[in-house]
Amino acid sequence: MDIGTTVAAILTLAIYSFLYRDNPFYKVAEHLLLGVSVGYFLVTTIVTTIMPKLFIPVFANGELSYLVPGILGALMFLRFSRKLSPYSRIPLALIIGVGSGVAIPAYMQAQLIAQLKTTMLPLDDISNIIIIAAVVSVLMYFYFSREHKGLTGAGAKAGMYFLMVFFGSTFGYTVMARVSLLIGRMQFLLGDWLGIIK
Amino acid sequence: MKTLSILFALIILFLPSGAFAVVQAFDTPNDGGLSITIQWDTAAYSNSSGEYYEAQIARRAASESGWQDIAVAPASAGEYIDNTVEDYTDYVYRLVFTDKVSGSLIYDTEPVHSSPQYFNTRRTNVLIGIVVCLGVLIFFIYRGKKGKEMYVRPIAGLLAIEEAVGRATELGKPILYSAGRGGMQRVATIASMNILNTVAKKTAEYNIPLIFPNNDPVVAALAQEVVKESYSEVGHPDRYVEDDIFYLTDSQFGYAAAVDGIMVRRQPATNLFMGTFEAESLILAETGNSIGAIQIAGTDSTIQLSFFIVACDYVLIGEEYFAASGYLSKDPMVLSSLKGQDLLKVAIGIILAIGVLLATAGYTGFLELFNIG
Repeated sequence: MDIGTTVAAILTLAIYSFLYRDNPFYKVAEHLLLGVSVGYFLVTTIVTTIMPKLFIPVFANGELSYLVPGILGALMFLRFSRKLSPYSRIPLALIIGVGSGVAIPAYMQAQLIAQLKTTMLPLDDISNIIIIAAVVSVLMYFYFSREHKGLTGAGAKAGMYFLMVFFGSTFGYTVMARVSLLIGRMQFLLGDWLGIIK
Repeated sequence: MKTLSILFALIILFLPSGAFAVVQAFDTPNDGGLSITIQWDTAAYSNSSGEYYEAQIARRAASESGWQDIAVAPASAGEYIDNTVEDYTDYVYRLVFTDKVSGSLIYDTEPVHSSPQYFNTRRTNVLIGIVVCLGVLIFFIYRGKKGKEMYVRPIAGLLAIEEAVGRATELGKPILYSAGRGGMQRVATIASMNILNTVAKKTAEYNIPLIFPNNDPVVAALAQEVVKESYSEVGHPDRYVEDDIFYLTDSQFGYAAAVDGIMVRRQPATNLFMGTFEAESLILAETGNSIGAIQIAGTDSTIQLSFFIVACDYVLIGEEYFAASGYLSKDPMVLSSLKGQDLLKVAIGIILAIGVLLATAGYTGFLELFNIG
């Protein structure tokens, strides 16, 4: 058993101690995790973004066009100046605009057109009938312009049941995956650290 | 001489000559450039007793003379895509078709160059979809501007936000807001900023601290702007505390651990989880539950919705979450866009019904309209 394993095991137990209540061990582990992760991401950003996408192109290859995003990024730091802080909104506006531009066509493609196509199934199979009934009724559930009464209400109610079935199944499925994570951690504590199990 | 002529005529007769007239090289369509496609007619080779089995492909820049071998493809493949070219440089391709007795036929293409395309024609249906949706939304927003009365059915989770803010005021405790792990390119994060705008106005009016730990520095910066502006709009810029809206870490579980710590130490009366969530959803919601906070969650992360349903008091499911900003602000323009979305849902239902009926009748041509390249 090396020192690294022991440190990892103690930190695991410190985090698990939160299950009892907030305590100094948890606070130490929490702040350590936070500090280490911020440091790690800072270094990762420098190594994977700032160096290859700004410094090397500009200073080593002389590609000055890379200065444009560099300057826009630097504008973000104007937030710390009371006088110049409005200029920090320029890159934010760009991020929101570009973000929407990237996200909306992707949504239209993946969430609407592709799903619509795969739902246009022939009514020759009970599974297909259930899929189509679920899609139509869930659409009715998310119809906001009318109160859920009468035919709309019946459709919406059916939609709600379909949604609940979906949530139940995803819950069970994901819990199963989380239990396997817990088993992994237990194997680490009891096997790698204490050597009780192999 | 006559014998030679007959022999030559026989060779010409048995060669798959038709094949070489259709060897062509062209700029690969609908791409970002740096690619040329070479195609040849495979039928001609298989007709010729399957003799030609291999196509050796060589390339040279049109301005140069030396050939460079780039690939060997089976003659039956019919196509080779060269992804090693430079844009706007003319290239000539030489295809050498080899047969089983080492005979070969050579064909040179016309000069061709690659270039990026600005529009992918195979995604025209996506463009049409966006234009139709935008058209409908603009029409309804225009109607909303004219002040037309619009009905939107009550949504329990949204009605509860008012109640949750009221509870925090009564208890004199803060409200904790989390936008989860999404960056600004996520629609759910953009929607979260709209909801934050309304929530911040309420916290400003009632003078309740609004704590917003962030997982993304850009979202943190934007959230500060949104909250600051909301406080100013309702006439309480002095109540805005910049330090309450802060960046924590990019780490998923580092963020979860820190938010859990904040919850148990600052004991918020209300937790609002609005945005994109991953595996940390249940960790956050369970901790919030354990401190007795009223919790409202809204997300488009379908898997996480089931966890929120288990641990939160109210959950905005999918579309309800996107409807929230319009519903909360009561802004007729935003509400009218919600009406537009409803009309689009009806249109989707009709298109679906047509597709299902045609598919049942055995006609699949309609489905091809939804192919995406």
